[in-house]
Amino acid sequence: MKCRLPSGGCVDRSKPLKFTFDGKTYSGYAGDTLASALIANGVHLVGRSFKYHRPRGFLSAGSDEPNALVGVGSDSARYTPNLRATQVELYDGLVAESQNRWPSLSLDFGGVSNLFSRFLTAGFYYKTFMWPAGAWKALYEPMIRKAAGLGKAPVSPDPDRYTQVYAHCDVLIVGAGPAGLAAALAAGRSGVRVILCDEQDQLGGTLLSERKAIIDGEPAADWLARAVQELASRSNVTLLSRTTAFGWYPHNFLGLCQRVTDHLGEGRAKAPRERMWQVRAREVVLAAGAIERPLLFPDNDRPGVMMAEAARTYLNRYGAIPGSKAVVFTACDSAYRVALELKESGVHIAAIADVRSSPRGGPWIERARAAGIDVRPSTVVTATYGRLHISHADLTDETTGKSETLPCDLLLTSGGFTPSVHLFSQSRGKLVYDEGIKAYIPGESAECERSVGACRGVFDLGAVIANGFSGGLDAVRAAGGKPAPEHKFPVFAQSLGQDGVIGLASKVVKRGGRTWVDFQNDVTVKDIELATREGFRSIEHVKRYTTTGMATDQGKTSNMNALGIVSQTLDLPVSTVGLTTFRPPFTPTTFGIFAGQSRRELFDPVRQTSIHDWAEENGAVFEDVSLWKRARYFPRHAEDMDAAVKRECAATRQSVGIFDGTTLGKIEVVGKDAAEFMNRMYTNAWTKLEPGRLRYGVMLREDGFIMDDGVVGRMAADRFHVTTTTGGAARVLALMEDYLQTEWSDLDVWLTSTTEQWAVIAIQGPNARKVLQPLIQDIDISPEAMPHMSVREGYICGIPTRLFRVSFSGELGFEVNVPMGYGRGVWEAIFAAGKAYDITPYGTEAMHVLRAEKGYIIVGQETDGTVTPDDVGLSWAVGKTKKDFVGKRSLARPAMTAADRKQLVGLLTVDPKVVLEEGAQIVVDPREQIPMTMIGHVTSSYWSAALDRSIALALVRGGRARIGTRLSVPMPNGPITTEVVPPVFYDPKGERLDG
Amino acid sequence: MLLITCPFCGPRPEIEFSYGGQAHIERPKDPMSLDDQSWAEYLYIRSNPRGIHAERWRHINGCARFFNVRRNTITDEILATYKMGESPASCSEELDLSAKGGAVR
Repeated sequence: MKCRLPSGGCVDRSKPLKFTFDGKTYSGYAGDTLASALIANGVHLVGRSFKYHRPRGFLSAGSDEPNALVGVGSDSARYTPNLRATQVELYDGLVAESQNRWPSLSLDFGGVSNLFSRFLTAGFYYKTFMWPAGAWKALYEPMIRKAAGLGKAPVSPDPDRYTQVYAHCDVLIVGAGPAGLAAALAAGRSGVRVILCDEQDQLGGTLLSERKAIIDGEPAADWLARAVQELASRSNVTLLSRTTAFGWYPHNFLGLCQRVTDHLGEGRAKAPRERMWQVRAREVVLAAGAIERPLLFPDNDRPGVMMAEAARTYLNRYGAIPGSKAVVFTACDSAYRVALELKESGVHIAAIADVRSSPRGGPWIERARAAGIDVRPSTVVTATYGRLHISHADLTDETTGKSETLPCDLLLTSGGFTPSVHLFSQSRGKLVYDEGIKAYIPGESAECERSVGACRGVFDLGAVIANGFSGGLDAVRAAGGKPAPEHKFPVFAQSLGQDGVIGLASKVVKRGGRTWVDFQNDVTVKDIELATREGFRSIEHVKRYTTTGMATDQGKTSNMNALGIVSQTLDLPVSTVGLTTFRPPFTPTTFGIFAGQSRRELFDPVRQTSIHDWAEENGAVFEDVSLWKRARYFPRHAEDMDAAVKRECAATRQSVGIFDGTTLGKIEVVGKDAAEFMNRMYTNAWTKLEPGRLRYGVMLREDGFIMDDGVVGRMAADRFHVTTTTGGAARVLALMEDYLQTEWSDLDVWLTSTTEQWAVIAIQGPNARKVLQPLIQDIDISPEAMPHMSVREGYICGIPTRLFRVSFSGELGFEVNVPMGYGRGVWEAIFAAGKAYDITPYGTEAMHVLRAEKGYIIVGQETDGTVTPDDVGLSWAVGKTKKDFVGKRSLARPAMTAADRKQLVGLLTVDPKVVLEEGAQIVVDPREQIPMTMIGHVTSSYWSAALDRSIALALVRGGRARIGTRLSVPMPNGPITTEVVPPVFYDPKGERLDG
Repeated sequence: MLLITCPFCGPRPEIEFSYGGQAHIERPKDPMSLDDQSWAEYLYIRSNPRGIHAERWRHINGCARFFNVRRNTITDEILATYKMGESPASCSEELDLSAKGGAVR
């Protein structure tokens, strides 16, 4: 580590660590970031830029870093692209690589795009790649994506764990620099519940890089240690380091991402990799600090060009020396402090170029000159040189116009500080422009929060700490706590003033070379000027056209400069130009924390019936129906689905089949006014339905379209057993509750979901009664005593049952409802009793075929939310004499009775072997020119074993009047001719229902 | 995520609730007596204000009750929650709050 100070900083020199970058092994120390370790090894070239493949180095030392994006991870599962090397904590064995270069970082063929830069200006993809049509998708886009871009996404499933926690607190403090720490001390001493979070591995913020300041009578580092110790000792304070507050959501709800184990190395910890904190805070204190702004000058992107404060951080916090010969280019006093501290550590300061003609901070000039530094007022950098690292810089005196070329390997810049108002802006607080510090600062709050310290434009350390402490007390008061006593922290630190510029510092800056504004998206001053010349005025439009501020760093270092250039070009005040919107996340977050535990089998709940295991043991193939697993068919030996379904259908029609209907939704409707409620909710009339009878019910939405259907049993005068479709259960209950609670609260009715309480076993086929007979107690199931569409209560195998006589197959049928836990036992008993009749389990596929042969509709297949009862031939189920029910008034609208509405019909293909495709469109004349007039579509289509031919149901415009005619279904291999027939294919008289 | 005060259960996070559309739209007592235009208005026409909006929410993953909310759609501030059939407590300051964006307190 040739560029490491022998002592000082927060790194632990007793713990050396090995790591590799682009395959080469280096060493660093515990406490290093990847960036500080590379700088300590003299490595500055770390990436190629997004668009032009320009060599890039470290610009900053924190989360605002636009250039030093690296891929970290030793395998394809744990590889994480686009990490900021300035935030990657070093661990032993860390594997990192640069991105967007080939074949290597120093010899990158992609750099040829640099030579074509004149064709790649703002909006180039809107202009250049327009011809020929089609080439964009096939040629240009893939080519550009390959050449431009960032890291590669990992390809293997993520082996790490991510968790999510909810937390509540009285005061959440974001940022643990001097302001945040002071706020935490105030809130902590007040006894309220406090969470303090900071994105860095150590609390302290800028204090971690502080050499000189004295706080409360002791050096900053000692004060920091004591403050952290006090906070850690308080049970009411939770300290979260490595935790980024990435988003603000309404009502003081903040998302924090805690990186729990990344710093320990891959797969070395039992704890989760990351944890998402969802914090509801009564009050928030934002102490997010400020981001140093680059000054703009030609070729300001070479490795070795760095933010001044970043150099100070590398030097003081990590003991890493960023260069040996530095030129400082500044618009404010703070860079003088950096220069002096670098010089103390042996870095030669070639010159300080100050854009100000008479720098306000007189003492700083004197200090610098006293230290033998060449300070040049009214001087700007007008050019830089060096292929992979800066070697020289031109300094031009604005007053004389005289230039001088100085050799250097480090060029530090500071254009002042931009308060970090990201979270404040996300909270929808109003920003106001402060002309004095050339920055937007928080104005009126929209939520329960206040900003303290640098993020509200307070920069001097003493003021920052005082502001933080009083902000903490204010938050305690607002949260209803009793604030701790005031505390004064005397601070000895030299004032840095608050000068700064945005946009171009001087007109002398040559227009020849390219001057980068947004490093990560490769946007130059010229691009922004071009956008304004082309008529873009709104900063939001300039942003999207040039892509400035749209990279993964969201313009942390570039937005204000872009704004300044637009303002300078249009000659408008900055506050008039406006500001682009800040959006979450503050820094990129993993998908992992959002997914949390919701992966694989926990991604969605799985609902299984109590008969599920039997079906699985008997070879069922399952399908997903909403969250349910339903047995689709039961293949025997090597049967495919078609063969199995044919066999299952035939067995049911000829003898008896058994089917698991448990997934049907069930709602118990109980109460004095239950019948009246049913009358209002369903189209049917219920008043006269006697206890012990079933009825097929149709439910509409208020707009008159079918929403659900199902068989309803009247168990008693005041009790209905309502069934719904499998997918519609929750929707139906919600609609019922809606009307009951908000329109008809006078009705004495209770609704209870009983879907999970009943297992339902359907026994269908001519031998159904014979199978059940010996198992039933206390119910006479003879045809006379228990006719079609009746329900009886009694016992089966000693288990209480609600026995329905009902058919969804057209055969004699029963549905046995037993308490859920008995489902499998009763199923097996019925199955054993049915052996003599070769009882056959069938799945949903055969169920569909059997019902389609009978023309029974399935809601959601024959209906799509635009279908009335009459459209599907259910007008018989609509109580004509009822005064009102949900949807009745809508059925009377003219459009609902038009003759050309789509109506349910049957289709029989002229070639009986051809099975139509569901969803296929129907036309009258297949020779019509495309686009043909489509008059309907196929809703259900199957091979019917019973009829030994294909059948289909369809919705066709004016369909019932077309029965007897022929229509066509155009398909890629030619039109298919079909006959239009009534929608009941099998046993149209319903004689088989009685066995 | 909104913090919604269920009039039956107290303050709870938004994920416990489902949205129920605009509030105070009463189903006509005798729908068949309405002409098509009036019925269509009842069915389909809803307000979409920038500012104070009366809306229904249901504490679906809690007590399952419907209730009413007055919410500022600009700031998401919730001014009042109240039971079905009730009217909100005095909303005379609504316009002021709407004008200045209203802090959520």
